Amino acid sequence: MKTYNNKAWWLIFPVILSVAFSAIMPLMTVVNYSVQDILGPDQAVFVGMEWFRAVMRDSDLHGALFRQLIFSIAVLVIQIPLGIGVALTMPAQGWRASLSLVLVALPLLIPWNVVGTIWQIFARGDIGLLGNTINNVGISYNYTGDSFDAWITVLVMDIWHWTPLVVLLCYAGLRAIPDAYYQAARIDGASRFAVFRFIQLPKLRNVLMIAVLLRFMDSFMIYTEPFVLTGGGPGNATTFLSQYLTQKAVGQFDLGPAAAFSLIYFLIILLFSFILYNWMQRVGTGDQA
Amino acid sequence: MARIELVNLAHSYKAHPTSPSDYALLPMTMTWDDGGAYALLGPSGCGKTTLLNIISGLVIPSEGQVLFDGKDVTRLPTEARNIAQVFQFPVIYDTMTVRENLAFPLKNRGWKTADITKRVDQIAEILELTSDLKHRASGLTADAKQKISLGRGLVRPDVAAVLFDEPLTVIDPHLKWLLRRKLKEIHHELKLSLIYVTHDQVEALTFADQVVVMTQGEVVQVGSAQVLFEEPEHTFVGYFIGNPGMNLLPCSVSQNKVRINGLETSLSVPENFLHAVNNGSANNVIKLGIRPEFVECHATSIANSLPAQLSMVRNMGTHWLASCQLGEHKVAAKLRHEPGKVGSPIWLSFSSERTLFYVNDKRVR
Repeated sequence: MKTYNNKAWWLIFPVILSVAFSAIMPLMTVVNYSVQDILGPDQAVFVGMEWFRAVMRDSDLHGALFRQLIFSIAVLVIQIPLGIGVALTMPAQGWRASLSLVLVALPLLIPWNVVGTIWQIFARGDIGLLGNTINNVGISYNYTGDSFDAWITVLVMDIWHWTPLVVLLCYAGLRAIPDAYYQAARIDGASRFAVFRFIQLPKLRNVLMIAVLLRFMDSFMIYTEPFVLTGGGPGNATTFLSQYLTQKAVGQFDLGPAAAFSLIYFLIILLFSFILYNWMQRVGTGDQA
Repeated sequence: MARIELVNLAHSYKAHPTSPSDYALLPMTMTWDDGGAYALLGPSGCGKTTLLNIISGLVIPSEGQVLFDGKDVTRLPTEARNIAQVFQFPVIYDTMTVRENLAFPLKNRGWKTADITKRVDQIAEILELTSDLKHRASGLTADAKQKISLGRGLVRPDVAAVLFDEPLTVIDPHLKWLLRRKLKEIHHELKLSLIYVTHDQVEALTFADQVVVMTQGEVVQVGSAQVLFEEPEHTFVGYFIGNPGMNLLPCSVSQNKVRINGLETSLSVPENFLHAVNNGSANNVIKLGIRPEFVECHATSIANSLPAQLSMVRNMGTHWLASCQLGEHKVAAKLRHEPGKVGSPIWLSFSSERTLFYVNDKRVR
């Protein structure tokens, strides 16, 4: 006869309690909203999958999702190689290493809305250093009026703000490679590119996985900076998913559709992260038969 | 294949060395014969890895020359030297298969694919890696990985010498022995010069024909296992080689007799030693050395023996190890029979042929 000691449940009770308050209950509230039409205080009607269907057919949302995907892909395609490149050129030791680390890390220390404000002024066509300079070289640039300019400005701002994270991760990864690898490569007569391709890149695999996932998730949820810089405009040019969601939930107070979309949003991020993670786990490790 | 000569070689990691302690490697001149198996033996931090890296070209020495077959290669980069090196931890290219790993040095040197395949098959055969050729190198055990690192050196037919930097550190003890035998086999088969760095005397003495003993950046003796055991030229060699190491007892000389603890002995003393002691500075450190294997113990007083007390006795299976208190000094003895109980008196005698004399750590004959 087995003896069960149910007192052990008390040991995990604090965790259950904190997870319930921090994750499960808010999430279930959202689920609750997503299947009801809230007409007013204490007036709610169960509507089933209605909001989900409505959200899926919303063409504004399709536009936002498309912009969001293109943006996140651009972020990954530019920031990851750029981050690796910068990390490779940074000095390994001495005061130069410390100095370059501090310089590289600076953008990460700036609050997001301040980043937006900085770029809002920096890129202004009339008084901003960047905007004014571009206009003076003869290229017409106006991020408040031109959709393409606005989109590019948001992207460049994100690159400036977040590439340092990739750089720091790669730099740490590079420093963790023992000297013997480089020495062996020299003895084997490997070229600089071969050293990168066969030693540095494989050894960076794990940090790159973290970098890709973090940059994907963060860029997919971007809100503050474009909100401060362009307010989502001109038109809808820089309205990304989270801003669209905020407009729905807070602006129009459509809690039902907003909740339904929140869940879809959450699932999209989860799905893409899962796919990226699995793909990166596999790449470069398969056995050749 | 090459004879390696080191001429007045010295190295300091500091820009402007002033005192000997600034040097990682004190000036040395040495010749390593073609096809020889050498071991560099010394404690951690004695400069043996620095010396190895100078030979392979990973470190450029601050003074002196390195000659391969009489040709000065001191400033030549590693890839131009025909040297292979195996490191403490297996270095393999994770993303490549075993075959690609072995082919890598040849590919970098622009070999034709067919030639590469032939040569890699040949080396894999010697190293018993043939069945693993298709597998990814990262999935193999540490000893197989270490064989791959060795193989990447051996595939190059022009390799002059293979350098090993404590290559068995991460290998399981029972595989160490197999791998070391493999190394000897390869040495025999390919007639390559091998230089093997280690701090393990058993590894050094079983592997190499000639062992170079180093301490604090200095080469203190070069010799075969037997010479290092029987005739250590430096107290460090006596102490470092052997288990336990040589007994080194401070002594004094009066009226041409050696005294230990003030007790007169009948040891015959070399002329040079008497001369060095009588005419040298009073600060000279004078010691006699005798291996525990050669210390004789007697239960009763016999002629020319020194009274001592047994302070420890241990059965080591094949022999007995005794520690004897001789005045303020400890003397270790390896014995075939149990010498007696702890605390009982014992008489020690040292034979003249087996007792060596040292002034300031250097042997005087």
